[in-house]
Amino acid sequence: MKLEQLQQRLLAAARLHKPGDRVPYAFEKRILARLTATPRMDYGSLWARALWRAAAPCVALALLLGAWSFIGTNNTATSESEVLSQHFEQIMLAAVDDSEEAW
Amino acid sequence: MERTEAELIAAVLKGDATSFEPLILKYSPRVFATARRYARLEREVEDIAQEVWLKAFQKLGSFRGEAPFEHWLMRLTVRTCYDFLRGHQRNREAAFSELSDSENDWLERFVTGPDSASDNADAARLLVERILEQLSPPARLVITLLEIEEHSVKEISKLTGWSVPLVKVRAFRARAEMRKILARMTKDKYL
Repeated sequence: MKLEQLQQRLLAAARLHKPGDRVPYAFEKRILARLTATPRMDYGSLWARALWRAAAPCVALALLLGAWSFIGTNNTATSESEVLSQHFEQIMLAAVDDSEEAW
Repeated sequence: MERTEAELIAAVLKGDATSFEPLILKYSPRVFATARRYARLEREVEDIAQEVWLKAFQKLGSFRGEAPFEHWLMRLTVRTCYDFLRGHQRNREAAFSELSDSENDWLERFVTGPDSASDNADAARLLVERILEQLSPPARLVITLLEIEEHSVKEISKLTGWSVPLVKVRAFRARAEMRKILARMTKDKYL
């Protein structure tokens, strides 16, 4: 049997058949009713969607900060910025240190 | 006085949803006829048409008015039908032993004398529907658009959003896929 010929015959049969274009009664009214209906706010799903969207950037940020702190602790050379940050921390916590000594 | 399509679309974009109704009335027959090419159950056809119109309303802002509204809507319809096909891929494997008597008769007539089997027969139409249902979604879409609706490759490219070479590749694969199904069907029946 010639498959090519069978395929052409079947496709010719399909071409002869035009699907109906009947539209259900009041279809346009139904669509319009759906379009004009006021959407109800679902706060739960809004929150869930926002949290899911925030999850990936948060994980990426955590990994980035983790890597940064890991690389930072491995670097033993004392740079000028580290000295500055230590001074800044001492000054910031000076009041707390004093109060601890007083007690 | 009857408003033009451009005026209706402008009114919808300004927030007057009721101006969408004449567009739905005018183009729904084409949307339904297209959907009936891909879905067999009337409930599914209606779901597709409903989705097309809801999407059309939501995306109306992206309609630039350079091409007719009907072309834009048909692109949306074809893509919605494709999504439907991809979402309903199950049950594609049907046994050819389940062919109806009339389908069997038509095939037998074709085998004994290809010219004696009429093109304009319900059995041939049912048989081709059965074969189309077994094709993969891209194959079914491209066979329907290219071979049944007789669109050009360029038109299919515009309708589907696929590139011209991709349409050609998918058409080639679709014909091969269809022949494979036919080979299996005739092997089941006549070997």
